Amino acid sequence: MSDASLSALAAQLAAKQVSSRELAQQYLDRIAALNPSINAFITVNADKTLAEANLADAMRAAGNAGPLTGVPIAHKDIFCTNGWLTTCGSKMLHNFIAPYDAHVIQRFKAAGMPSLGKTNMDEFAMGSSNETSYFGAVKNPWNTAYVPGGSSGGAAACVAARMAPAATGTDTGGSIRQPAALCGITGLKPTYGLVSRYGMIAFASSLDQAGPMAPSAEDCALLLNVMTGFDPNDSTSLEREKEDYTRDLDQPLTGLRVGLPREFFTEGLNNEVAASVEAAITELQKLGATTVDISLANSKLAIPVYYVLAPAEASSNLSRFDGVRYGYRAPEYTSLDDMYSKTRAQGFGAEVKRRIMIGAYVLSHGYYDAYYLQAQKIRRLIADDFIEAFKTCDVILGPTIPGTAFKLGEKSGDPVEMYLNDLYTIPANLAGLPGMSLPCGFDAKGMPIGLQLVGNYFSEAKMLNVAHQFQCATDWHTHAPEGLK
Amino acid sequence: MSLTPDDVKRIARLARIEISDVEADATQGQLNTIFNLIATMQAVDTSNTTPMAHAQEVYQRLRTDAVTESDRHAAFQAVAPAVENDLYLVPKVIECP
Repeated sequence: MSDASLSALAAQLAAKQVSSRELAQQYLDRIAALNPSINAFITVNADKTLAEANLADAMRAAGNAGPLTGVPIAHKDIFCTNGWLTTCGSKMLHNFIAPYDAHVIQRFKAAGMPSLGKTNMDEFAMGSSNETSYFGAVKNPWNTAYVPGGSSGGAAACVAARMAPAATGTDTGGSIRQPAALCGITGLKPTYGLVSRYGMIAFASSLDQAGPMAPSAEDCALLLNVMTGFDPNDSTSLEREKEDYTRDLDQPLTGLRVGLPREFFTEGLNNEVAASVEAAITELQKLGATTVDISLANSKLAIPVYYVLAPAEASSNLSRFDGVRYGYRAPEYTSLDDMYSKTRAQGFGAEVKRRIMIGAYVLSHGYYDAYYLQAQKIRRLIADDFIEAFKTCDVILGPTIPGTAFKLGEKSGDPVEMYLNDLYTIPANLAGLPGMSLPCGFDAKGMPIGLQLVGNYFSEAKMLNVAHQFQCATDWHTHAPEGLK
Repeated sequence: MSLTPDDVKRIARLARIEISDVEADATQGQLNTIFNLIATMQAVDTSNTTPMAHAQEVYQRLRTDAVTESDRHAAFQAVAPAVENDLYLVPKVIECP
């Protein structure tokens, strides 16, 4: 059961070999057994899950089943979910029962996919290791002494541990792709604007994008079919024709031009990761692809640019957490201003406060041009590099991150060292391009290695085609952590 | 550029985050490390570059001026820390003479 793909689970449901309720119960049992050691979920509510599974079974009985009706999914705790605790990994929202559903949640509900619970994450999606969660760090299922990555660490860990067949994540600077790489699963950040941000608690609104996380590219294509689509409640939602992201999965890769950015294969890249990525390139060449040398010369500036733009947007977005309308309020205060300051001092963790302060500073009087405006200009240069590169290639390939999973606590004392984890993932967010990570090997310690694909705008079907063909020729995505089975 | 503990306290005040002297000292070092990283972008000549505010060139949509939401104030105020007579309660901000 636990290794079945989404399409296999859907086939079992369609053939009445299993009911949605039985399937949900099997996953709930596995969550109950494994979550104490992995901490992938902040909230599990079996009654609600089973009620949703009953609805899915009723949908099927009434002849209204869609492709994934009855298949359960776990949701990152950044999505407002009506009647469910929605914390965003923060003490600030430790008691917040969302009074409405995010658009992404609405879509999965409409598709008849029961929620298995809300997954753990770095506080307000700010982190690359899941150690900033108020609800404790998530452990990597491949070795519980290691981090699962972040910020969608609970999502990646629960899929890797087969506690859920799939999960939703969000990606502002790599938060789907980096944990997918560290946990050995497949994750995709779509083109900015394809998935509605309505009800997704905002971090950096010009960069935030939700996407699917699952064992395989085929799974991600099926999930993307559910998630994408225009939503009038998100002012940046794109009005486009609905696509079938599975349509090109089986196309051959003959003639595919794979761009290799030379800046992603320089010093700083771990040797084992480099070797696995090289082997993946060889595999794609066997499948008919050719490689093209490309340059993303300004990508080295992606981290400084990101750490101006994302905190600036965050300082504005997180000003709504003031102890008035929802969430935490400090127990003692002397005035309104004192209530704000104490509530925010007590409700936010150290990393969130740091980023709010960076944002407040770069936007403050006299510094705007030197920081925010300069960062926006370099953002343009970074995006222009991609546009130039896609004149000579169909998809860009490289490592997802420079290394593999690190130990819990190893980098948590040094913010800058932690930030460098996102060196290869941030450029796609700044440009608004789709990016994905898929497993391509293991290091000597047995920890997964991630391969990144970055596509041109709206080329998700092509990227999923490349990833699926790679996964048809290799078996890295089928590996699951031993000892958990 | 290097922030002083007083700068850190001023920024914290701007962000409405209470900070102690000890915290300001610790935060100062971390923020300076981050701003040293950020400073590497100052060397780039961007005199002829248009700022990129957003990933897509989109415009704000207009909709017809019609009511689209129902009144759910009870559900929304149910999650507030303090409510009375449908009003959010906060400390007094205007003193009577």
